[in-house]
Amino acid sequence: MNQFQNLTKGFIKENPILVLVLGTCPTLATTSSSLNGMGMGIATTFVLIGSNVVISLLANVIPDKVRIPAFVVIIASFVTIVDLLMQAYVPGLYDKLGIFIPLIVVNCIVLGRAEAYACKNSVFSSFIDGLGMGLGFTMALGILGAFREIVGSGSIFGYKFIPGDGVLVFILAPGAFIALGYLIAIINRIKRT
Amino acid sequence: MAKTESTFKNMVLSLTLISLGASACLGYVYQITKAPIELSVMNKKLAAIKQVVPEFNNNPSDDMFRVETNEGDSLDVYPAKMNNEIVGYAVNTYTKKGFSGDINLMAGFRPDGTIVSITVLQQKETPGLGTKMTDPLFKDQFNDKNPEQFSLKVKKDGGSVDAITSATISSRAFCDAVQRAYNIIKKGGLK
Repeated sequence: MNQFQNLTKGFIKENPILVLVLGTCPTLATTSSSLNGMGMGIATTFVLIGSNVVISLLANVIPDKVRIPAFVVIIASFVTIVDLLMQAYVPGLYDKLGIFIPLIVVNCIVLGRAEAYACKNSVFSSFIDGLGMGLGFTMALGILGAFREIVGSGSIFGYKFIPGDGVLVFILAPGAFIALGYLIAIINRIKRT
Repeated sequence: MAKTESTFKNMVLSLTLISLGASACLGYVYQITKAPIELSVMNKKLAAIKQVVPEFNNNPSDDMFRVETNEGDSLDVYPAKMNNEIVGYAVNTYTKKGFSGDINLMAGFRPDGTIVSITVLQQKETPGLGTKMTDPLFKDQFNDKNPEQFSLKVKKDGGSVDAITSATISSRAFCDAVQRAYNIIKKGGLK
């Protein structure tokens, strides 16, 4: 597999949300608007790239039996760094995403990529893998967020183009499940052709 | 390089080194972000105060004092002064009666108790229903009202406040928080 395929596999073929269905908790919770979804996606991308690179660097040094605790420490450090940076430089977004930033630690995608990819591959491949997976995650969250924002509050990126209230259920949790279900169905259809 | 074997010594050593490295990185990032974080928290508070009181030229955070409520806790009061004359008070008030979680408001009063304006600092109400409390349509009805004549209860409970449609609980909670702030102002003992 060349590096280009390695990068693009995260978009459709192995999209973490739509195909692997990993990390659905932050997906459902933070996609009430397109901006929130993408902010969450970018924060996760940063953590993914960082942890993938460091873990592939240290893969040979870490003994097998303690690899999971070691991975978790590395991932948690990156998440805390993102948390502090966001608090300092984008306080508006930080207020909205709130509790979900620290929760990136337990996002299955991050540990999943560390375990399944980064600890077996070279640093550069792991970097590309983290970037591709992160962008795929961001894309899925962006689409889901945009859809829920358009239908639910009649606006996109905070810009309102339909006056009044939208279909309220799409802003609430059940709407997230419904929208995600349809999105997965569409992706499945695309993949089959 | 060969894979490190899972002996006890190696495991302890590698985990210790990784933790050390991680804490060093975190300490460094914490240090460089400490000042900007404090600044943004301050700015947020100051922006909220600016919204709810008449124009001032002191630093309300420096003059902040606490007043005890009748329920055994205390609220932060930020006096706004124009050339050393009090023009208003911003009260950081709260309610526990929200539909989900506490609601924090910054309520601004003139010295005579008239509400200048109110802004929501934090709320976790139902999106699309209770969250409308941040809407000018709802919260601006309090502006320039004196709770002396303007009863801080929703109309359903015999007050003067127009509740948010299908979010009466959130509306009641909002009124509760404003009432708590007003009680502080009325109680006196203000500097």
